Amino acid sequence: MIYLDNAATSFPKPKETIDLLNEFVLNIGGNPGRSGHTLSLDAARFIFEARERLAALIHAGDSERIIFTQNGTESLNLAILGFLKENDHVITTSFEHNSVMRPLTFLAKEKRVSVSVAQCAHNGKLDVKDIKKLIRKDTKAVVVNHGSNVIGAVQPVGEIKKTIGEIPIIVDACQTAGSFPVNVAEDNIDILCCSCHKGLYGIQGLGAIYIRNGVDLTPLKFGGTGSRSESIEQPLFLPDKYESGTPNTPGIAALLGGLRFIERTGIEAIIRRKQDLRQSIVSSLSDIPGILLYGDNDDRKQLPVISFNIKGKLPSEVGYELNKREIYTRVGLHCAPVAHRTIGTFPEGTVRVAPGYFTTEEEIAIFIQAVREITKIS
Amino acid sequence: MTYFLLFFTIHDVLRAEKALKGHHVDMELVPVPRNLSSDCGMCIKLRGDLDGVKPYINGIEMDKCVSYDGKEYRTIGGR
Ligand SMILES: Cc1ncc(COP(=O)(O)O)c(C=O)c1O
Repeated sequence: MIYLDNAATSFPKPKETIDLLNEFVLNIGGNPGRSGHTLSLDAARFIFEARERLAALIHAGDSERIIFTQNGTESLNLAILGFLKENDHVITTSFEHNSVMRPLTFLAKEKRVSVSVAQCAHNGKLDVKDIKKLIRKDTKAVVVNHGSNVIGAVQPVGEIKKTIGEIPIIVDACQTAGSFPVNVAEDNIDILCCSCHKGLYGIQGLGAIYIRNGVDLTPLKFGGTGSRSESIEQPLFLPDKYESGTPNTPGIAALLGGLRFIERTGIEAIIRRKQDLRQSIVSSLSDIPGILLYGDNDDRKQLPVISFNIKGKLPSEVGYELNKREIYTRVGLHCAPVAHRTIGTFPEGTVRVAPGYFTTEEEIAIFIQAVREITKIS
Repeated sequence: MTYFLLFFTIHDVLRAEKALKGHHVDMELVPVPRNLSSDCGMCIKLRGDLDGVKPYINGIEMDKCVSYDGKEYRTIGGR
C-alpha cells in the first residue's frame, strides 16, 4: 500500500501522535478545565502544552491567541463569518478552497457582502498588484490561500500584507502549517487558519485559528467554558471566548504528539524532505510521455502537492487504476473548483499526488512505474 | 500568610503555574474556594512572599488575589 493523499490528511501518523492519544484515552480521560480533580486538570495540561507548542511553531507569541476548532473549515468559518459584517467588501483569490468560497458566497447572498476575486496565473502565481487594484474604501479584509491543495503553489502572504497595510489579512494555512515556514509575527498576519490533521500530524477532527491581539470576532458557538460559570454571558477573554463546549481533547493530545514529533525532527528538515519529494515526483513525471503537469515546476519552494493528468484519460480512470495497484491518490476537484478553473482543469479535475514526510523513494519509484503503465493502457 | 491567585481561564492558571515553577516557587493548584468565586475551576495557592513572586506573572491578568491568614479571606488585588 502506498499512501499519497497527505494533502487530505496525513497518514501514517508519527509514533508520538499515537502514544499521546493512547495516553490520554487510557489514563487521563477527564473533561478539561471543568472540574477540580486531577484528571480534569491533567486534561487541561495537554491542551495548554499543545497550545504553547503550536504558538511557538507559527511564532504567535502569546498562546492564548490560539483557538482550537473542529477542522480547518471551522477556523475559516469563524474567521470569515465572525469578522465580516453586512455590506462589507472583501478581496480573495482564484485559488481558494471551498471552505473559503462557500462562506463568502453565503455572505454575498445573505449579507450583501461584495466579494472581489484576484485572478492568479494558471501556474498559481499571484501578482500582489492585482490585489492592490481591488482595494476599495470599504474593503474590510483580504482572504488568501497560503498553500494550494491543488498544485502546491505558495502565496507571499507577508508581501500581500505589506501591500494592503492596515486591512486585515485572513490566511488559509491548512496546507502550509507544518509543511512550509509559517510566521505570523514576521508576516504580520491578522488571522491564520489551520487544519491540525495534515502537516501538524494530529488526528482528524481538529483545527486551530490564530487571532491577533486587537482583532475581534463574533464567536460561532456560545456555551459552557468552565470559566465565569455564574454568568449567562459568553466570556470576553481568550481562549474561552471562542471555545465553548467540551473540546476534542483526545485530538489535542494527538496534536501535541505531532508537535513533539515536528520539534524532534526539526521543521526545517521536514520542509526540506517534502520539497525534495516534490522535486523527485515532478521530475520523474515530466519524463513520462503523455503526462500533463500543472503548476510552476521550476519553483522548488512549494508544497508536496502535485497535480497531473494523462492525455486522453479522465483523472477518475487514472485514480481507479492507481487504486487497483494499492496506490492512493485523490482525483477530481479537491473541493477547490475555482482553483481548477484557474489552472484550466474544470470540471474533470486532476490526479493529485501528495507525498508526506514518511513517503520513501521506493514508494515513489513504484508510483512512477505505475503511471508509466497506465499511460500505455488503451 | 496564604494567598489564592484566581485567573480568568484555566489557560492562564497553567501559564502562571509554568512561570512560577520555572522560578521554583512553592505553590499548588487547588479548586477555587467556593466563597471566593462560583467558578468551577482551579486557582493557585501559595505561601509566603507574594511581592517576591508577582514579577514572574506580571503579564498574566489576574481575576482576583486573596490573602488568608487562617481566619479571614481578604481580596487584596486583581481586576
Ligand atoms: C487549502 C485548504 N483549505 C481548507 C481546508 C479544509 O480543512 P479541513 O479539512 O481541516 O476542514 C483544506 C483541506 O481540506 C485545504 O486544503
